[in-house]
Amino acid sequence: MRRARPVLALAGTLGLLLLAIEATGQAAKKEKNGKWETADGTPTFNFAPDGTVDWYTYSGFRRYHSECHVCHGPDGEGSTYAPGLVQSMKTLSYPDFMQVVASGREAVGAARQSVMPALGDNPNVMCYIDDIYVYLKARAEGGLPRGRPAKRADKPAAADQHEKACFGTK
Amino acid sequence: MRRYALAGASLALIAFAVPGAANQDVLQQTGKPEQWALQTGDYANHRFSKLSQITRDNVKNLKVAWTFSTGVLRGHEGSPLVVGDIMYVHTPFPNVVFALDLNEDGKILWKYEPKQDPSVIPVMCCDTVYRGVAYADNTIYLHQADTTLVALDAKTGKEKWKAVNGDPKKGETNTATVLPVKDKVIVGISGAEFGVRGHVTAYDAKTGKQLWRAYSLGPDQDMLVDPEKTTSLGKPIGKDSSLKTWNGDQWKIGGGTAWGWMSYDPDTNLFYYGTANPSTWNPVQRAGPDGKPIDQKWTMSLFARDADTGMAKWVYQMTPFDEWDYDGINENILADIDVGGQKRKTLVHFDRNGLAYTLDRVTGELLVAAKYDPAVNWTTGVVMDKNSPQYGRPQVVSKYSTFQNGQDVNTKGVCPAALGSKDQQPAAYSPRTGLFYVPTNHVCMDYEPFKVSYTAGQPYVGATLSMFPAPGSHGGMGNFLAWDAGTGKIVWSNPEKFSVWSGALATAGGVVFYGTLEGYIKAVDEKDGKELFRFKTPSGIIGNVMTYSHKGKQYVAVLSGVGGWAGIGLAAGLTNPTEGLGAVGGYAALRDYTALGGSLTVFTLP
Repeated sequence: MRRARPVLALAGTLGLLLLAIEATGQAAKKEKNGKWETADGTPTFNFAPDGTVDWYTYSGFRRYHSECHVCHGPDGEGSTYAPGLVQSMKTLSYPDFMQVVASGREAVGAARQSVMPALGDNPNVMCYIDDIYVYLKARAEGGLPRGRPAKRADKPAAADQHEKACFGTK
Repeated sequence: MRRYALAGASLALIAFAVPGAANQDVLQQTGKPEQWALQTGDYANHRFSKLSQITRDNVKNLKVAWTFSTGVLRGHEGSPLVVGDIMYVHTPFPNVVFALDLNEDGKILWKYEPKQDPSVIPVMCCDTVYRGVAYADNTIYLHQADTTLVALDAKTGKEKWKAVNGDPKKGETNTATVLPVKDKVIVGISGAEFGVRGHVTAYDAKTGKQLWRAYSLGPDQDMLVDPEKTTSLGKPIGKDSSLKTWNGDQWKIGGGTAWGWMSYDPDTNLFYYGTANPSTWNPVQRAGPDGKPIDQKWTMSLFARDADTGMAKWVYQMTPFDEWDYDGINENILADIDVGGQKRKTLVHFDRNGLAYTLDRVTGELLVAAKYDPAVNWTTGVVMDKNSPQYGRPQVVSKYSTFQNGQDVNTKGVCPAALGSKDQQPAAYSPRTGLFYVPTNHVCMDYEPFKVSYTAGQPYVGATLSMFPAPGSHGGMGNFLAWDAGTGKIVWSNPEKFSVWSGALATAGGVVFYGTLEGYIKAVDEKDGKELFRFKTPSGIIGNVMTYSHKGKQYVAVLSGVGGWAGIGLAAGLTNPTEGLGAVGGYAALRDYTALGGSLTVFTLP
């Protein structure tokens, strides 16, 4: 029971945040080198008026369907093996998302054995963790339809630099 | 004459006396039509039963005789075994085994539940399926998800010995059944999506001692091949056949696992199996030092090996330099059929790549290679001209080459999808009709490869893919068809709403059975595929239909419990509504039809 309160509080904050975005349109988000973030610095998705998605959302689509979809199903819709993410990403915070992906999570009982592996040392996931996060957020909250985003922004130089630094290549 | 007869008799005595002939038991047990003593029905993988009480005329009267819940929710592949009065039922992870008393409607005689670290669950790529236990000499062989091989006393369930075949921390797991042959148990391994280097391994059936291991790739001595004596398409494979076809030491994390069915021919003492995809799924990362395609032998290959020594007699690579994840692990059915007007000892293999191969199983000569789904488009076919430098190789259509289109490019509309025109779901062969009954997928994909790096025990995939029903067809994602392997032609084909992910059963009653992902068990006429009976079981069927007889009565049984690769893609529905490639009006998701849960349903005539 004690745990319920922060979650409620968080949901409340999120609600306010959503209201703020609603009220001010793009103003609550800001762009830095092709990457979008909310007022508090949390990465987020962006759709241009013609539907073009930002590079990171598109990149997240690709990485998700390489690393995550064999368990969590196509487009975050879930499978017989692992839960869908389109609902849960509406309430999971950025830090909690990072925590679960990096450290894993186990729910093993008599009826169900559900094990999320710790992916913290997997560069194919962790170097693109923000990408995957904003993609799933776009699916959960942004109304991004299923499937490959039709139009995407070009890859920013910053994304290239981050990739190389993260993998330790030149 | 008399002398010959004497010699024959003493040979037979020797055969029974030496422990090397212990597989006499498997031959005897699988020779009894009232039993189902191997997952594959028999060594030849026919999945055919001589039982004929259930016929085309009376199959419509089938009723449920009894049912059994396994208590496990995951995808249930494989089938029960029946030996004597006992039925053996397995489950996916945690790999429980039940021995059920057929004299008392399936009362539990014993139950064995291994303790396994749950951390093995997420390294199992596509669900924690298990394709079943094997029986030989009063022993049940269980090969757990974590690669522990356990021998259990078939009467009591007591452990006789245990052996460990691999390390789940490196992504090495198991989903396959084992092959008991003579005094050995031969086992495979899973994990090509984790950069595991594939192999088959023989253990002493009595003690669990490891006897030999044959890798799919790497140095000749590791692969148990002889550069001069091991052949491919009739020619010696030569020195370093694998090392020469990999860039640097990529073979060390090169995949080529062996997670499918195995068959065995007692006449030649050869056993047969296929190898999986090369790691990663990004072909650009696997190109040769010159940037050109390189074969990556012996991934995507069929091996014929000596069952005593493991030495390879012949090997044939179906998909050199894979660009689509078309694992070569599907079953190899050993049948003596007419090819070109001649009776041949053949091996028939329905590959993930959409081609059905008929080979001479003694020599490895390629006799027929033909598409068993007209939707297959990545290749124009296999070159059959023995004088061509391309002999035996599939010709790749550039438009569908994920390598030629390159990294970070989305190659669209490739048929079949990565799950293949058929996956592990085994076909059946009926000697009555000479036809093969094949459960298939009718799914295509977009495939975009990109760069990935390898970390031990982590997925090593490197491609994004999306799947959808074959465009311009009936809109469903599967077919159940009859195949003539002598000519390479479809005889009849029934469209199915979803992939047919259930192993087929052919019977002497003229009835062919299979299950569907919605949960139906269906009976069709062997001649024309006409549906004769259907019943909706508690969950989607990815298990294989089997039959047995008890106290003079024929039964048909199947495990339900949706999951596996099929459950992963289909639970959410595969259609990509933004692409407009799917069936008109889109496609309903499997979850609208069925839910999780393992159970056994047993049918008989009233």
